[in-house]
Amino acid sequence: MDSINAKYVSQKISKTRWRPVSSASLQQPEFFATGSWDNEENKVSLWTIGDHGVINMDDDFEGDPQLLCDIKHSGDVLDLQFLDSDRLVTASSSGAVTIYRHHPNSQTLSVAHQWDRAHHYPCDNAPCTGVVCNSPEVVSVGEDGRIILFRADQTGVLRIIENADSSTIHAVTFLRTAEVLTVNSIGQLKLWDLRQQSNEPAQILSLTGDRVPLHCLDRHPNQQHIVATGGQDGMLCIWDVRQGNMPFSLMEAHSAEMWEVHFHPSNPDHLFTCSEDGSLLHWETSSSSDTPSFLQGGRNTSMVSRSAIAPAGGNQSIISAWLSGDSGKGQLETTHMLPSQTLSVNSLDVLSQCLVCGTDGEAVYVSRQVPV
Amino acid sequence: MNMFLQLIPGINSQRKHLGFVWGPGDILVYETQHKAAGKQPVGPSCQDVQVVRKDEDIYSPILRKLFNESHHIFVGLQNIKDDLPSKNKKPQFVSISKNYRSIIRACMEELQQIAVSTRDPTLAAQYGNQVSILLAVELIWNLCEVLFIDAAPAGSLLLHLLDWVRLHKAEVDEKARDVLRCESPTRHQFFWDVVVSFVLQGRMEEARSMLAKQATLQPAAQGMFKRMDNLLAKMPIYNPGSTQTLPEFEMKWRQWHEECDACLQDNSFASSPHLETICKILLGDDDTLLEQKELLGTWYHYVVTRLLYTHPTVKPIDLHYYAQMCMDRFLDSRSPPEPLDSILLAAFEFDLHQVIKDCSIALNNWWFVAHLTDLLDHCKLLQSHNLHFGSNLREFLLLEYASGLFTHHSLWQLAVDYFDHCQGFGRTYLELLMERVPLDTERKALKVLRICEKRQMNEQVRSICKIMAMRALRNNRLGSALSWSIRAKDAAFATLISERFLQDYCSHGQFSDLDLIDNLGPAMLLSDRLTFLGKYREFHRLYGEKHFTEAAKLLLSLMTAKIAPQSFWMNLLTDALPLLEQKEVIFSVDQTHELMYCLEELTSGKTQSNPDRPMQEEDLETTKIELLRLALARNLAMAIVKEGTVEA
Repeated sequence: MDSINAKYVSQKISKTRWRPVSSASLQQPEFFATGSWDNEENKVSLWTIGDHGVINMDDDFEGDPQLLCDIKHSGDVLDLQFLDSDRLVTASSSGAVTIYRHHPNSQTLSVAHQWDRAHHYPCDNAPCTGVVCNSPEVVSVGEDGRIILFRADQTGVLRIIENADSSTIHAVTFLRTAEVLTVNSIGQLKLWDLRQQSNEPAQILSLTGDRVPLHCLDRHPNQQHIVATGGQDGMLCIWDVRQGNMPFSLMEAHSAEMWEVHFHPSNPDHLFTCSEDGSLLHWETSSSSDTPSFLQGGRNTSMVSRSAIAPAGGNQSIISAWLSGDSGKGQLETTHMLPSQTLSVNSLDVLSQCLVCGTDGEAVYVSRQVPV
Repeated sequence: MNMFLQLIPGINSQRKHLGFVWGPGDILVYETQHKAAGKQPVGPSCQDVQVVRKDEDIYSPILRKLFNESHHIFVGLQNIKDDLPSKNKKPQFVSISKNYRSIIRACMEELQQIAVSTRDPTLAAQYGNQVSILLAVELIWNLCEVLFIDAAPAGSLLLHLLDWVRLHKAEVDEKARDVLRCESPTRHQFFWDVVVSFVLQGRMEEARSMLAKQATLQPAAQGMFKRMDNLLAKMPIYNPGSTQTLPEFEMKWRQWHEECDACLQDNSFASSPHLETICKILLGDDDTLLEQKELLGTWYHYVVTRLLYTHPTVKPIDLHYYAQMCMDRFLDSRSPPEPLDSILLAAFEFDLHQVIKDCSIALNNWWFVAHLTDLLDHCKLLQSHNLHFGSNLREFLLLEYASGLFTHHSLWQLAVDYFDHCQGFGRTYLELLMERVPLDTERKALKVLRICEKRQMNEQVRSICKIMAMRALRNNRLGSALSWSIRAKDAAFATLISERFLQDYCSHGQFSDLDLIDNLGPAMLLSDRLTFLGKYREFHRLYGEKHFTEAAKLLLSLMTAKIAPQSFWMNLLTDALPLLEQKEVIFSVDQTHELMYCLEELTSGKTQSNPDRPMQEEDLETTKIELLRLALARNLAMAIVKEGTVEA
């Protein structure tokens, strides 16, 4: 197992995101942004793991993340996404959606635009729980059950779907242009077509009879119909949105809320999840065929259980084969990426060979040699 | 007794009285309306309530790292299995103790850097102050580690104490670097200071290499330097790993000592006062040692040096005697010892409780005593001590520390694990505190809930869900409110919300939040009203999908099985009307009879007209009943005909 370095940052980290690098170059990411929560004064911060822009004082700590700049953020940062390499969008517990601009020359962050109280109740603020960007479009969701479509270059709001959900929407992602997926607190996955004028979802997928809230989702980078979600019970679900409304497979991943799930953007046989139980898992399918083994289960829902809940020592790999249908072809291997720790891992991001995650233990972990 | 004095801005204590309320880590102070007899109230009164914090440390961003990192070590320590024989655990405890110390050091270094780089003098002073506190803390911890946790026996004990002194008297290395860096080190003003300091710390090799430089410059004194070098090289050092026994070592050491003495007696070093001083130090000459006060710096350095050259095999039990003696000699007898001195002396006396007590008084936060006491307790060093309040010393201190953490807006999460490992009162504390965590977002509520659910704190789980449900209801988010009450298994609240849904349906003619109601699943069974809501919606779905027979059956069973509240029966019967009016017969004879029975049961109770109800509504009701009766009668007729035909 490669080393993963902890940096204590004196604030609980709710979100971590790599700044995108141009896909053409084989560049490693160098900058990441973090958002804090539950602090008296929350912040959005930009860090570097290279030695550009700042003088590295200790040679021993080569690669230790260095703070570039930060800016106050009113309310908890509930979500954070890069719009492009210079702008990032945050979702605030105050209901605001804010675009920040990074000025590389002066190493400062400034507010480029803010939609104050984008999410709200009739007489109170409603936390905005998630944002997703497909530049220049930004979609936000909130506890108020609204879905709002913005354009980064327009101050107005493009479209609001009022009462899109009767319960809290926890996360949102683009499936295709003009199509977004949301997950909510009663275990439903909803597909919305923003071109349609109706305020009804185009499709609702759910685990029948099961109302376990879903907290996160991610779309397969190449096969856009494959979607992974994570729920309150720590279960990882793989869905095929083209077929039926049942999950394709279910895997026991964590012993508490799964806060984020990410396919590796360039090597989607790898998947990463993090959870309230304090663990960060690296999932790897080793399949001989072209289809990832997430999809080799056949139509029937299968349940794979890892042999045990997170071993205290961490760093061990647990191998479990798919139990369903033609399980012989694919194998799924999970690896703990963090040394044993007890406090929640709230967010992770992976790009190229670099992974960053943030915890309630007020630490940011960076690994630069993720084996993908 | 320590006293803290804090001026409250905006309040004139000469003229006004102060009131206060204790909080867990702070005090609320406010101005009272009290009027002293005979005096007129003067000046405007201050309306503010002020928060006075005693423990500012948890608000320091750098010390926060200390709290976070040590939490990790603390949890690791609690998970060491009890069933291991205690002998095998000692190395683990020592390494945990070292881990704690290394985070203190890391924190200290960071503070030092900031203290140097900051421009604000008051801030710099504040950082400097924190550094000195951490230095003292690490010094005490290290000594406790040597004496209590590692509990080295005679022989090794001194080696550990030497390491302790070397680590905390690192100025020598700095000075040595300066000296070596200069062009001619031997002429540097601190050259001999460095050599003597090395000897005082028992760093013979380093002292020899420095002396060698001097020797090459004085070929005439070659023999004298050779002799000194010989003495320094030959000094026996106890090696706990070897087969050598302690008496054997002592014998060798005594021989060496006599050799040193002989050198002094035959005036070998008479021509060099520096070398003579070193020789006297090697002999442990007390007056010479005390002349080096400047270089020793502290009385505990003096203790260790003196032991090194007089009693290298000192037993732990005799330590206190030497410590007391050396302290008395070293310190100016007129000034009372500083708190740090008495703490270290208590440690030398192996009086653990005095150490903890003095530290608790002298330090301004509980971090140090709580963690040290916990570690010592794991080493089974505190068993005999029970407090007359609370359960034991360890728990008392941990509870104090954790309660302090819990007052912090962000660090409260760390406190949970500390409470978990307090057998006696931890849970009670946690229960009381968890209910009071402000819940700004659902995300936070979920985290708090997870903590409570993991510990089966059902009462708190219910209360948190109820808070969230009430908030959702207030914001008119019925779906969320229902979800929360289902999670809390709060039947009464679920009933209340179901009523709201039904009311909304009655007034708008359609259901809101269908995505939720259609997916209730087994959660529907939580309360009767919720079951009814779910089933009633199912009826509408069946009806919409034109499954009339199933719809009719369901509708009837809602009334006959008493799932529907009677107040709602009229709506159900009205819903039956279109089914009765269908071309084909949907309700059978028996079903129609049952419907009629339901209608009669409903109307028989209400023969007297309600005077409060407006006439118009009364009329509407009567018309409805008439219509229903007519429809039922017609349906009955058709059903009889139909069923008769089929049988025939």
